[in-house]
Amino acid sequence: MKKFGERIPQSIFFIIALSALSALALITVFIFIEGVPLIAKVGFFNFIFGMKWAPSLGQYGIFPMIVGTVLVTLGAIILGVPVALCCSIFLAEFAPRKLSNLVRPAIQLLAGIPSVVYGFWGLIFIVPAIRNYLGGPGLSILAGSIILAIMILPTVISISEVSILALPPLLKEGAFALGATHWQTIRSVLLPAAKSGILASIILGIGRAVGETMAVIMVLGNAVALPNSILDPARTLTTNIGIEMGYASGEHQQALFATGIVLLVIIMILNSVAQYAIRRK
Amino acid sequence: MRLNPNKSQVIAKTVIWSAAILVLLLLFSIILYILSKGIPNITWQFLTQIPSDMGRSGGILSCIVGTLSVTLVATLVATPLGVGTAFYLTEYTRESTITKIIRFSAESLAGIPSIVYGLFGFIFFVIYLKLGWSILSGGLTLAVMILPTIIRTSEEAIRTVPPIYREVSFSLGGTKWQTMIKVLIPTALPGIATGIILGIGRCVAETAAVILTAGSALRMPLSLFSPTRTMAVHFYILAREGISLERAYGTAALLIILILLINIGANLLVNRFMAKGH
Amino acid sequence: METTTGQSKISIRNLHFYYNKNEVIKALNLEVRANEILAVFGPANSGTTTLLRTLNRMSDLAAKVRIEGEIFLDGKNIHSPEISITELRRKVGMVFEVPTPLPMSIFDNIAYGPRLSGIKNKAALEEIVEKSLQMAVLWDEVKDRLHSSGMRLSGGQQQRLCIARILALQPEVILLDRPCSGLDPVSTSKIEESLRTLKEEFTIIIVPHNVQQAGRVADRVAFLLMGDLIEEGLAADVFANPKEKRTSDYITGRFG
Repeated sequence: MKKFGERIPQSIFFIIALSALSALALITVFIFIEGVPLIAKVGFFNFIFGMKWAPSLGQYGIFPMIVGTVLVTLGAIILGVPVALCCSIFLAEFAPRKLSNLVRPAIQLLAGIPSVVYGFWGLIFIVPAIRNYLGGPGLSILAGSIILAIMILPTVISISEVSILALPPLLKEGAFALGATHWQTIRSVLLPAAKSGILASIILGIGRAVGETMAVIMVLGNAVALPNSILDPARTLTTNIGIEMGYASGEHQQALFATGIVLLVIIMILNSVAQYAIRRK
Repeated sequence: MRLNPNKSQVIAKTVIWSAAILVLLLLFSIILYILSKGIPNITWQFLTQIPSDMGRSGGILSCIVGTLSVTLVATLVATPLGVGTAFYLTEYTRESTITKIIRFSAESLAGIPSIVYGLFGFIFFVIYLKLGWSILSGGLTLAVMILPTIIRTSEEAIRTVPPIYREVSFSLGGTKWQTMIKVLIPTALPGIATGIILGIGRCVAETAAVILTAGSALRMPLSLFSPTRTMAVHFYILAREGISLERAYGTAALLIILILLINIGANLLVNRFMAKGH
Repeated sequence: METTTGQSKISIRNLHFYYNKNEVIKALNLEVRANEILAVFGPANSGTTTLLRTLNRMSDLAAKVRIEGEIFLDGKNIHSPEISITELRRKVGMVFEVPTPLPMSIFDNIAYGPRLSGIKNKAALEEIVEKSLQMAVLWDEVKDRLHSSGMRLSGGQQQRLCIARILALQPEVILLDRPCSGLDPVSTSKIEESLRTLKEEFTIIIVPHNVQQAGRVADRVAFLLMGDLIEEGLAADVFANPKEKRTSDYITGRFG
């Protein structure tokens, strides 16, 4: 009797636990069903490497968007990761306990701010600043990178900090016992030891940057052509979908789903690499 | 050129402290700016009137209702699924292929861009299941989006319950189910609640997934099947189209205040969790 | 020293215990008599804790475990499918090495077991709680704060709480795994004293913290070494005149 009473909850929980798997499967299936026919029709190479995106003319090349995504993300990493690393070292090694207990929630708060608010703030402050001091329309890849750099800070900071804190204290003590200064210990012992965790945090940060839509829409400028410099406006894969989904239909809509497929694949690869980096510890 | 190690330490410390201060300054300037421009616009009418004239006048009541209802649906669906999955992963099985697959799915879901969730929600809930642009479509899409967060934090909360509690309960004749309900859930509850609250915060802030599934109708939604515009979407449209700057700021300020409250709530819970001696 | 001629309460026949292909207990045959205190002692990793855990099938909880042989409680094989594990564990209660009050009030700690078995009546529960606390010699110290957290008690009190907790289920056998390790001498003697009273109603098997404790509390003893039962018998006999050299070496401290 008792055994029976234990089987029922176990089966129920098993079915519940399959929800994550089912959701993932559904998402993959439905996005692929909508997008694959279009990629087949246009041709894989024409889709990925095509330079022209002109739905009204039936042209669906997303290469400019890929370039946009890559440049914006690259800029976000270059600007954001050093700052994030410094902050994680600050939290893990330099901040007194009371201060870190204030700063950590503050950084979590940074993560909670809606992306549209970031975009708006960027529109008000960053875009004019770029326009006035660096030239160009202001709505630019640089603006996108700056905003994304700020947005990925919480991700990179929190995971890096955890990686540093997780190191055995003996590592640090061993270095001190050899006469190293605090900074020398951090630079030559702690950071290399936390390498894989920090790397994972960066990869996850890249994933966030690649996936961000709303903030980028507001500051990137919505130009479909291939950008020439970071002061040029551009489109990313995400903003492409975000801008046009509101009025796309038929083949055009399928092309946006196809763009979604590309995004899914990129994210899956990034996630797998991050998981691998974490496991390698 | 080798710097004196003490000198390089001073430089490093300066750089690091500056970075931290920079980040804090950024955070405060963004929040203070929005709040300073927005709070003056949060009037009683703002909170209690529906938008009119495409949002140029009136308040944002229907948007507030929209945000709350979509968040409610998402939370009610995702919480049992997420907590249940966490229990399954920690209690009923040894590590096996199926648990690895489930965990992989949850991790993958966490990384999917919100715009892709929007695409999925649109094609699956709005079109395929014929739910149309509605609170239901939006809420269910958000539920899938916050599911990984709830799974992850719940699993962590349960794992920090000392294993000896489980042993004690078993040795007193408890079944796995009874042990879960009477010992593990109460002990892990603050951690689980934190995850749920963080999920709520994500729902409130989300735009891309919602605009494609709940729509952008300004009318007051009357049922789960009514389309609605959440505050985040409303802010986006107002700001982008330049419809009403004051109302845009007001909406943004209200959003920030909500998120501040949510974050403070989550942090208080975490501290209570820690104080219990885990 | 009294002799125990009671009925056999637990019969262990040819028990082999394998963990991850290692044989942790080898061909063990042992009788436990009703209403006696049996001390199972031996150096670390000899299988003493493992043996205890097989008696209430807590060993089932670990993976990679294999058991051969039979264990009988009152003549019934505890591994037969007719016996429910939860019933077994209520009959054979266990006190762990580290005092572990559940994160709830003293009252709820003790009422936990009875509630699990379906007792909901408030008056009945109150009676059970008081009786159990008295048997565990803890009632006087906590009767005024039954609803305060069990985790605020001292180590010795917590351990007596754990004893009271299993007494609330009215077991027949009480297993104690080094119950006094980490406790001060006063708490230790309080617990040992309570065991002498408890054995009138229950059968007690204890893995003692050291040989001296076995000498103080046990009626009969069994010496386990690396999974083998070397010697067993009346405590007085084994300690005064050990039959095996290994027993006397261990008792006198030549190895540990």
